[in-house]
This record gives sequence, structure tokens and C-alpha cells, in this order.
Amino acid sequence: MASTGAFRVPIIARESDSSPIADRLDRTWRTPAGILGWLISVDHKSIGKRYLVTAFLFLIMGGIEAAVMRAQLIRPNQTLLSPEAYNQLFTMHGVTMIFLYAMPVLSGFSNYIWPLMLGSRDMAFPRLNAFSYWTFLFAGCFLYASFIVGRAPDAGWFNYVPYTSREYDPGINIDDYALGMILLGVSGTVGAINFIVTLFRTRAPGMSINRVPMMVWGTLTASVGNLFAIPAVSLAFFLLWLDRQFGTHFYDVTGGGQPLLWQHLFWMFGHPWVYAIVLPAMGIVSDALPVFCRRPLVGYTAVALATITTMILGFGVWVHHMFATGLPPLSLSFFSAASMVIVIPSAVAVFAWIATIWTGRPVFTTAFLFFAGFIFVFVVGGVSGFMTAAVPLDWQLTDTYFVVAHIHYVLIGINVFPVVGGIYYWFPKMTGKLLNETLGRWNFWLMFAGFNIGFFPMHIAGLLGMPRRIYTYPDGLGWNTVNLITSLGAYLFAIGVLLFVINVFRSAKFGRVAGPNPWDAPTLEWSTPSPPPPYNFAVIPTIGSRYPLWEDRLEHGPSDSYVDQGYLLNRGRETVGTTALDAEPDVVLEMPGDTSAPLILAIALVALICAALFHAWWGVGVATAVTFVAAVAWLWPEARLGQTKEIARG
Amino acid sequence: MKRTSAAAALGSLLAAAPALAQPMSYLQTFGPAAHPATVLGWGLGAISLLVMAIIAILVLAATFRPRPRVDPRQLAVTRDAGGTAWIYVGVGLTLATLIGCMVWTMVALAAVVHPPVAPKIAIEVHGNQWWWGVRYRDEDPSRMFTTANEIHVPVGEPVRVEVSSSDVIHSFWVPQLAGKTDVIPGQTNITWLQADRPGTYRGQCGEFCGAQHAGMAIYVIADAPAQFAAWRNAQVEPAPPPTSTAARQGYGVFVARCGACHTIRGTNAGGLIGPDLTHLMSRHTIAAGLLANNPGNLAGWIANAQALKPGSRMPSIPLSGPELGAVVAYLTTLH
Amino acid sequence: MADAAFPPQALPVGSKGRHASGWWGMIALIVTEGALFAYLIFSYFYIASQAHDVWPPGGRPHFWIAVPGTIILIVGSFTARYAERGIERGNKGRMLAGMGVTLVLGIVFLLLQGVEWRDKPFTFTSSAYSSLYFTVTGFHMLHVFIGLLIIIMLMIWTAFDYFGARRHAAASIGAMYWHFVTVVWIAVFCTFYIAPYLG
Repeated sequence: MASTGAFRVPIIARESDSSPIADRLDRTWRTPAGILGWLISVDHKSIGKRYLVTAFLFLIMGGIEAAVMRAQLIRPNQTLLSPEAYNQLFTMHGVTMIFLYAMPVLSGFSNYIWPLMLGSRDMAFPRLNAFSYWTFLFAGCFLYASFIVGRAPDAGWFNYVPYTSREYDPGINIDDYALGMILLGVSGTVGAINFIVTLFRTRAPGMSINRVPMMVWGTLTASVGNLFAIPAVSLAFFLLWLDRQFGTHFYDVTGGGQPLLWQHLFWMFGHPWVYAIVLPAMGIVSDALPVFCRRPLVGYTAVALATITTMILGFGVWVHHMFATGLPPLSLSFFSAASMVIVIPSAVAVFAWIATIWTGRPVFTTAFLFFAGFIFVFVVGGVSGFMTAAVPLDWQLTDTYFVVAHIHYVLIGINVFPVVGGIYYWFPKMTGKLLNETLGRWNFWLMFAGFNIGFFPMHIAGLLGMPRRIYTYPDGLGWNTVNLITSLGAYLFAIGVLLFVINVFRSAKFGRVAGPNPWDAPTLEWSTPSPPPPYNFAVIPTIGSRYPLWEDRLEHGPSDSYVDQGYLLNRGRETVGTTALDAEPDVVLEMPGDTSAPLILAIALVALICAALFHAWWGVGVATAVTFVAAVAWLWPEARLGQTKEIARG
Repeated sequence: MKRTSAAAALGSLLAAAPALAQPMSYLQTFGPAAHPATVLGWGLGAISLLVMAIIAILVLAATFRPRPRVDPRQLAVTRDAGGTAWIYVGVGLTLATLIGCMVWTMVALAAVVHPPVAPKIAIEVHGNQWWWGVRYRDEDPSRMFTTANEIHVPVGEPVRVEVSSSDVIHSFWVPQLAGKTDVIPGQTNITWLQADRPGTYRGQCGEFCGAQHAGMAIYVIADAPAQFAAWRNAQVEPAPPPTSTAARQGYGVFVARCGACHTIRGTNAGGLIGPDLTHLMSRHTIAAGLLANNPGNLAGWIANAQALKPGSRMPSIPLSGPELGAVVAYLTTLH
Repeated sequence: MADAAFPPQALPVGSKGRHASGWWGMIALIVTEGALFAYLIFSYFYIASQAHDVWPPGGRPHFWIAVPGTIILIVGSFTARYAERGIERGNKGRMLAGMGVTLVLGIVFLLLQGVEWRDKPFTFTSSAYSSLYFTVTGFHMLHVFIGLLIIIMLMIWTAFDYFGARRHAAASIGAMYWHFVTVVWIAVFCTFYIAPYLG
């Protein structure tokens, strides 16, 4: 091949996964076996699976916390839990589900699937990918370590001051929450950066921006949103930590501080965050549901634009969490109207999905059931949100179980249901085995029935005046029956989740073998073997339409996709970088090998926050120095990389 | 008027369905500070249920509508097109509905944000962990008084409520009379309520405030105007001196052991940490709505508050049997 | 066997000028750190808007240190650009000189900030205003410090011939970070020093 210094004309070859060339690619990309290999791997598939497993472990822990709370609330005046124990449980339930499950599980899907969907060999920053996982794991462990000493955060996941100031909550609980969240914010931020740069850099040639799958749009949008939103909560917690350790006055009234500053900073993060944890999941449905309707998604462009619109509008509604705080009616009216307008892009997606089913031909797999059921629970969550958007009504609804019902319909409905459906869809790709469909039916119906029986009555409990976050309630207020039904429904839902876990374990061992494309799906990941080889694609595909594997059956534009011939790029770990919008080949990217730098850097950071938690400032200094050294080692330029000047495009 | 008869119909429907007519339920409310929002709530709720039903039907119909049997490998379409009319129609209907609801919301907001006439009665409510301090203001400063956990209002008259907090954020909420107003240290939020029907209305703190957030109730009692005036006049008076032997002994114990936290006007007990007890026996409950106000519960509360309301700021006071009896004897004179 | 859409062409290997992955990564980092400063400045204006007493408490801050500091940072951005253009042409000496001046100017800026901190009539915990002042300027100084570490590493790598005309993306990325630090300072300066005069 021609090579003039730092330029090269890459070989274009035909693919074959069983050729000597493929063997060589396999050796180049394969992570060493054993525990050491696992610790240093930067393979997006390994990292994606870790994210998924870890997120599900946190889901189970959050579920156990909920199960204990529902045992306390099943009848009035129970004494199973003390007030402090209940407060720690409801706080950690929220923290676990919203921060340690909902975002990481979607990161897991995106990490695993994106390069396969986009026709790339890895994410743009493989080491940063590993780093984002390790910091997530360590932050989660740091948060949960507080349980061991009985001092878990206990002021609710939104942690309002002044209750969380040192004066009213003096223990280490809130300090643990603050520092853990700052580390988790680092994980989320670098993960977001990775997704954004990957999307704009490493797509297969020809995959112009209007040809990327909808899950990619969802995750991209969420990632851009996170870049803007996460600093708000990191700052909020850092200022709280300063108030608590050093007596500063950000939130403290006696020094001129403002309790509501916390609420503004927190919700300026919090509201975009809840869109960030559902938009990728909606993207999963937009990609997978059409496969089981045997047709492309209706209104691809509308749905992509609706995704972006939702995220942008999501930055303009945060005050709807603060309607009762005494703000001027004019400002309340604006945020109320904005909170209603944001329904519109969601409606676009809902009608797109319904239209896809209507004009398609459903295939009744378990995945389809989850996606069809999801549409219903999405709308229930949406209308309860619409009700709380009306300010004078929200003054009754806020801080009651009506809102608890709303948040669970949107979070379980719009995150968990698509995630479980997504597992049924992509499990064969990740493991080479199909999940059992009979068990899957039981799984779906128990989850769907249990969920609705458990959470629909919460709307009624809220309308009957039951406030949130109470460890018990008296007899005679009319709340007994709804709480009983809710607890029983929740347990039924838990059994459904248990069936899902059983299905995963059993099918991983004994499931039917899945070929490369058991669902006859159209996107690129289904052109690889199941599970894919470490190098993903023996040759980089070239893309001619949105649905490469359906081109033989769908009318499409003038270009064809070539899945089995393309750039070989086998001189070390390489993939092709393309231009941002049109995906023209732009550069041959040299990808880093497996390394321990991300793990070491993550260890240094968690050591830093541990030292800060205990005021061991010397430890903070040492950890900071290690952080710097590890970062420099990571970024050390490789001598052999070529560099180029910009060449004029002819 | 149409609205009143609809409300009356709704009221009788709720009264006939005891499961829905509950003390904290705002499905039915009893004053103009809440009523427009209640009607809005029923309206938006009905729309929401209708939308849920429509979507459920559409999803089921889309899924199960009859189609010819074909080879599963075959796609349902030959072009990446079609079906977008669903989006236009669906979003169009949604938008029209939302605009109507937005207008209705603004109208309801304007109706509840200010009382129809300037209130003649103003009270300050102070949120504390985990009880409510209440202070009635008056043009004549000698007629101002402080009580706790129970508010009396005259039927049919608006009352201005100024809320502030001594410690953390709470939320003042009496669902059948008005929506929530957060109680925030460093600022005074102003709200109002009005009861159009005599009776007892229960409220509860609506913002998580610590261990006994669940145990921070408040009662609003709407009296006929004459009864309200009588109640108010009685509250202005200081406590009568104890007359019986037991009460006198109890008074001594009280000043020594309780006066650091509690005030009884007209005595040497002037503590401001706990609720004012000057007219304790005029209240229906103690411990912020937790217990009925009777001698047995009083004794139990003093002796073992931490067992009844764990974490509360009221310690369990170790008194001997006779001392406890004497204190209760004194307290029960405080009408 | 060539693909019809993309005929065989010579592609650069490795980071390519301003389209390096690291360039995009730095842009994203600047966006998120910029958002952080936006929230800090929001906090300042929110607390100011709710203040009952005179604001700022203790009077408006003086310009004698802040204005020279601002000028120093702006000049440092120009010398960083000078250095960057130097290495783009393979001029190692120009790169080292320009970055060296930026480094010195950055250190002077930090020293000036230290003097201003020392001479303030209030402490970290005097009031909300003072807590904000030290935190916002402190965050900025931290970013300057990290920028100085980046410049030192770039100078070391340049001295050891890692960079040249063929390869210099890291220099552009580092310079972009330095410009970000300058722009943030201008925003902080306008907030703390100029805004109190605007009523």
C-alpha cells in the first residue's frame, strides 16, 4: 500500500471472519485473558457489559430498599423501621435508582452497541471509557459504604438545605453523599464527552447524520444535555460540602446565604437529568420496536428533532419543582406553560410508535410486549406530569404520593421497560443465545401487572392527601387500602423482575443459539457474529441508507451499503475517522491498547474523596499528586504516531 | 349557578363514596382558595383518563387489527415512508388540548393567588421541627397572642397567613382549604385561606423536614363568627392561677422542669423553644396532631415523648408518679 | 472492488490538525467547565438579588490588582497563540519562547491574585459574598494552575522533539484551554468588579 510519511491509502478488502487476516485482527484486538486483562481492558463491549451488570446490581439493591419500605407502609402505624432507618432507605432508594441504575444502564447499552451500530471498531476514547466505568463503580461503592456504618444519606435524594446543613444533619451522611456525587459527576461527564466525540468522529463512511439509529440520537442528545447539566449538581454539592466543613454561607441564612439557591442549582441539573435518563431508552424503543413491526420507524426525522427539542426545553422547566416556594406568579406562569409545551415532542414520539405498529405487522416476541406496554405507561406518566404542570393544582399535588406515582411511571415506564425489552432484543447479540420466550411472557405480564397494581393506586393515595417521605401514617385518613394494594403490587412486580434475572442466567447457559441476526433486523450490529469478535468488523462497512440490512427489500437512494467489503485497517488497532455530518473518510485513527492508567486514575480519585471525607488533607494532597502523574502518563504522546498537515480538499 | 350545582353534585357524590371523602383528600375542598384548583384538577384528571383510554385503545387496535398472514421475513412496507399522518393529527389534537388547559390553568391561578377581599385577620405561622407555632396579629398589640398546632378562623372570611421557619424548610398545607406554601427560613411567604363551611380541617407538613416530618399535623377549625370571637377573646387572656392543691404543686413542677422551653402567659414559665401552652386545653390534639388531648395522653406524652414520637425535640421527662399527676392536674386547668 | 461512493484516497494516519479527537474532547471539556462557571456566576447574581443589605457588603472591590491581572491573562493568550503558530511551522524555539512567556504571565497572575486575597478585609466565612468571592476566584485560579501544568508539559514535550510541523495537535488543544481560562476570567471580572457599578 502506498504510504508517504504520515499518509496512507488504506487497503479495501472483502470480509471474512474466518480468514488469517481476521485471525490477525483478533490477536491485535483481543484483551488478555484473566483478571488482569479484565482490569486493564478498554474494549467497549467488555465495558458495556460491566455497566449493564453493575447497574442491574444497583437496581436490585434499590428494589430491596423499596421492598422494605413497602413492608413498613403496608399498614398504618407500623414500627418495622425507625424514622431514621426509613429516611436512609428512601434516600438511598432514590439515589440508587436515579444515579446508580438509570444512567449507567443506558451507558451500558450505548457503550456496547454504538460502535457496532456505527460501524466502528471502538469508541473514540477507549481509555476514557474504562475510566468512566471505574469512577462510576467506585462512586457507587463510596455511597453505599455509608450504610456499613449506619450513616447513609438520609435527607432525600434532592437533599434540601437547611435540613442538610451541619446544624440539622451533623453526621457524615450528607458529606458522603456530596463527595460521592462529585465523583459520579466526573464519571457522567467523561462518559458524555466520549459519546459526543464518538458520534461526530467514528462512524462508518457514508453513515451521514440522518442515517444513524435513533438510540444514537437519544444518547447523543442526553450526553450534550449532561455536559451542561452535571456541573450544576456538582457545584451544588461542593458548595454544601464547604458550608458543612468550613462554615461558609452559600445556603446559610445567617450569613446572607439563600436556601433556595440549592433548589435552583439542584433542579437546573435535576430536570435535564430526568430527560437524559429516558431519551436514550426512548431511542432503544424507536430502533427495536420497528424491527418487530417489520417496517422502518415512522417519522424518523420528526422523532430525531423531537428528541433534541425535548432536551432543550428540558432546560427551561426546572422551576416546576419549586412551584410552592413563594416565587412571583408571573414566573410561575412561564414555567407552567413551558412544562406543558414539553409534552408536544413526547407526543410526536408516541404517535410515531403507534403509527409504526399500525402500519406495520407485529411479531409477538417478549421484546415487542415490553415496547407496546411501554407506550401505555409512558402516556400515563406523561399525563400525570401534565397535571402537575398546572401550578394551582400542583400546589395540592406536589410532595404527595401523586408525584411518587408520576415519577415511577416515567422512570420505570420510560427507562426500565425499554431496558428490559432492549435486553430481550440485544441479549442474543451480546451472548449468542436467545432469552427464553415462555419465561419472557411470564416476566412481562408479572412486571406489567405488578407495576400497574403497585403504582396506579399511588395517584389515588396522593389525591387523598398522603404526603411523600413519611415513615408511617395514622389510621383513619383513608390511606390504608391504597397502601395495602400498592405494597402487594410492588411485590408482584418484584417477582416479575426476579423472573427476568432467572431468564438471563438460564439462557446464558442453556439458551437457544442465536445466529448473527435472529430478528432479521436492519442495522449494522446485526451483520456481525453473535457475540461479535473483539475487532467488531473485519472490514469497515460503507453505508448507503438508514437500514443497511434491509436494502434488498426496501426502496432506497442511489447508494448501496457494503457490509462485507471496506477498509481493512489492520496495522495495529485502527479504525476510520469520518467527517462530522456527511461521514466522509477523514483520517485513520490509531486506537490505544489495554492499559491500567484509567483504573489507577480512578483509584486516585476515590482515594481523594475518602481523604476529604475524613479531613485527611495530607491524603488529599497525595491523591492529587497521583492523579496528576497518572494523567500525564495517560496523555504521554506516543513517539511513533504520525502527524499531518491539513491538506487542501480537491 | 352552574358551577355551584356541579360542585354540589360532586360533593354529594363524594359524600356517598366514603372512600373518597377523607380528611386529607382534596378531591373536595371547602373554600375559594382551593376551589378553582379543585375544579381544574377534576378537569385535567378527566382529560388524562380519556387520553390514557384513547392511547390504550390505539395501541391494542394497532397491535391486533387483522392483517393477512405472510412469511415473517417479509417486511410490511416496501418504502421507508407512510404513517406520518398519525403524527400530524395526534400532535395537532395534543396541542389544541394543551393550549386550552394552559388558559384554564392561568385563569385558575389568577383566581387563587389573591383573596377576593382584603383579609381582616392575619396570622403568622412558624414552622419548627416538628410543630407549628401560630401567632394572631391585631392592631391592638395587647390583643396579639400565640398558640400552637391549631388555628381557628371565622366561617366565610378570608384569613391572611404569613409563614416562616425557625429552622429548616417545611410546607404549610391544609388540603381542603388551600394548596401548599413552603415555609422557608430567611423569608416570609404569604398565603391565604378561607373556610366556607364550619368544621375541622386537617393539614400536614408538606416538605420533608427530618425525623418526624410524618408527625407534624395542624388543624384549622372554622367557627361561626360569634364562636370565633369568643374563642379569640379567651385566647387573649393570660392563664388563670392554679387553685387546687394538686394544681399549685403541679405549677411549681412545671415552672421548674418545663418553663425553660414552654411559655404560659401570666406565669414565670417563658421558654420559647416549644409550643405555647397558655390555653392548652382549648386544643383538640397534642404533639402536633399526634394524640387526642386528654389527661391520659398528656401524662404519657410528658413521661415518654420519645416512645410516642421518636426523635422529636420533646424529651421524655423523668418525673415521679405524684409529680406527673400534679403537672397534669395543673395543665388541665389551662382552658 | 473499490466502493463507488468513496474512491481510494490517501488518508492521514493519527491526529489530524484541528480535527483530532482530542480537539473535540477539549471543546466538550470547555463546554462543561464553562457551564460550571456559569452556575457559579448565577449563584452570585441570585444571592445578590435576594440580599437585604448593601451589596457587596463592605463596598465594591477595587481595580488596582484585577485590571493588571486581566491584561496579563489577555497578553498570555496572545503569546500562547504565537507559540502555537510557531510549532505549526516546526519552529521549536518560537513555541518554547511563547509558551514560556505565557507560563511566566500565568504565574504572575496567580501571585497577584494571592496578594488580593491576602489584602481582603473579609475571610472565607464572613458572609455569602465573601464565600462566593473566594470560591469563584479560587475555582478560576485552580483552572489557571492546571493550565500552567499543561503548558509545562507541552514545553517539556516540545523540548524533547515530540512535536513538530507534522504533529502539534496537543499544542493547539492546550492553547485552546488557555484561551478558555482567559475568557472565564473576563466573565468573573465583569461579575465581581464591573457589575456592582451597574446598579
